[in-house]
Amino acid sequence: MAAGKGEDLKLLGLDESPFAARVRMALSVKGVGYEYIVQDLFNKSELLLRSNPVHKKVPVLIHNGNTICESLVIVQYVDEVWAGMGTSILPADPYKRAVARFWAAFIDDKLFPAWVGIMRAATEEERAEKVKETFAAIEHLEKAFVECSNGKAFFGGDSVGYVDLALGCFLFWFGAVHKMFGVEIIDASKSPLLAAWAGRFGETSAAAEVLPEPDKAVEYAMKLRAKRAAAK
Amino acid sequence: MAGDELKLLGAWASPWVSRVQIALHLKGLNYEYVEEDLDNKSDLLLESNPVHKKVPVLIHDGKPICESLVIVQYIDEAFASTGPSLLPVDPYERAIARFWAAFIDDKLLVPWKQAFSGKTEEEKDQGRKQLLAAVETLEGGLMECSKGKPLFGGDSVGYLDVVLGGLLSWLHGTEALCGVELFDAGRTPLLSAWAERFGALDAAKAVLPDVGKLVEFAKMRRAQLAAAEAAAAAAAAKKN
Repeated sequence: MAAGKGEDLKLLGLDESPFAARVRMALSVKGVGYEYIVQDLFNKSELLLRSNPVHKKVPVLIHNGNTICESLVIVQYVDEVWAGMGTSILPADPYKRAVARFWAAFIDDKLFPAWVGIMRAATEEERAEKVKETFAAIEHLEKAFVECSNGKAFFGGDSVGYVDLALGCFLFWFGAVHKMFGVEIIDASKSPLLAAWAGRFGETSAAAEVLPEPDKAVEYAMKLRAKRAAAK
Repeated sequence: MAGDELKLLGAWASPWVSRVQIALHLKGLNYEYVEEDLDNKSDLLLESNPVHKKVPVLIHDGKPICESLVIVQYIDEAFASTGPSLLPVDPYERAIARFWAAFIDDKLLVPWKQAFSGKTEEEKDQGRKQLLAAVETLEGGLMECSKGKPLFGGDSVGYLDVVLGGLLSWLHGTEALCGVELFDAGRTPLLSAWAERFGALDAAKAVLPDVGKLVEFAKMRRAQLAAAEAAAAAAAAKKN
């Protein structure tokens, strides 16, 4: 199926959202053009509310009028619809696909709440707990890298794959956490393979095109914090 | 004979295990079932699922696959030429099915747990409200997916039917366990009708645990955990 003129493919997102970044990087890997409509999550648009009534979140992909929500669902959709283009995001082998899906679920269920918890912690005690959880998750992912990469550059092998996108979208936020709290989530002394992977991932065209600087995430985190404080 | 040895590590009360068993049954696949004692996990379980140490784990020719949704999709893909297809063919319909599967695991189960074992009546009540709201949203999802047909998968059982269907005994036990009726023919007519249709399937009858037995078991576990927590709190208080 052709990439389209970009008019029949729209993405609702924002630069600071790592989940929107996942989808934007997937589209980049496939070489597919689209209209990127930046959202203001503090003042949600009619289009967003109509397109994702269940969660009211980004990212939302709108393809030929059909809406697809949830970043990992969208990435799989993109991989399937544009199967012939760019490189494959999920592997062909069912077992390798299952392993990739397992680790993507782990990243969302275990790693994400932990590192977000570092930022949202109300006390130093809570923060320390979240830091511990984050490092525990990273330790598992260091092993996962060995299992998935099979000696190659990425979780997906020679090219960027599902797990690379699932984890890679957080890298600029890890930079923000380092700036704000002095915690290095991917620490070369603790997780050398992931540290090397992070360097390589950052240099891919998908990442270079899409991921913002950590400062942008820091700014956004400050904005969120101010809004939350004002709401109280 | 090498090539298609299937072993499932499970626990009779686990709805996530039921999901996998239903999928295997629908596909007509033979497998060895190993009942795990979750208070005394086997070496095989700990080796096969070192990250979560949970059931279900499907072991196919010695290779473990973990997480129920991952396993069900694996079964569908690895055994694509055996039995019916669980996921739809069309990528958009697949995306819809995956979206609602994620919704079920993320938005239904958390308030359910809160309604079941919340520490205060207020917490439980909040859980109940969120649970009912989630079920109403899911009713909309069923309308979207089924397009007037009897099941989420349309005319035949699909991925989403399996995903929700695995939970059916627990869903039927909700009134006894959480104090709120989940499938009310007035509030959620489509889901109520779906529950009856799914429950009547051979796969459901073969796999799903008895609701009464499950309710008794769940109440016992809840009491056990509450007692353990109280004991731990008392011990901590004594130290101070």
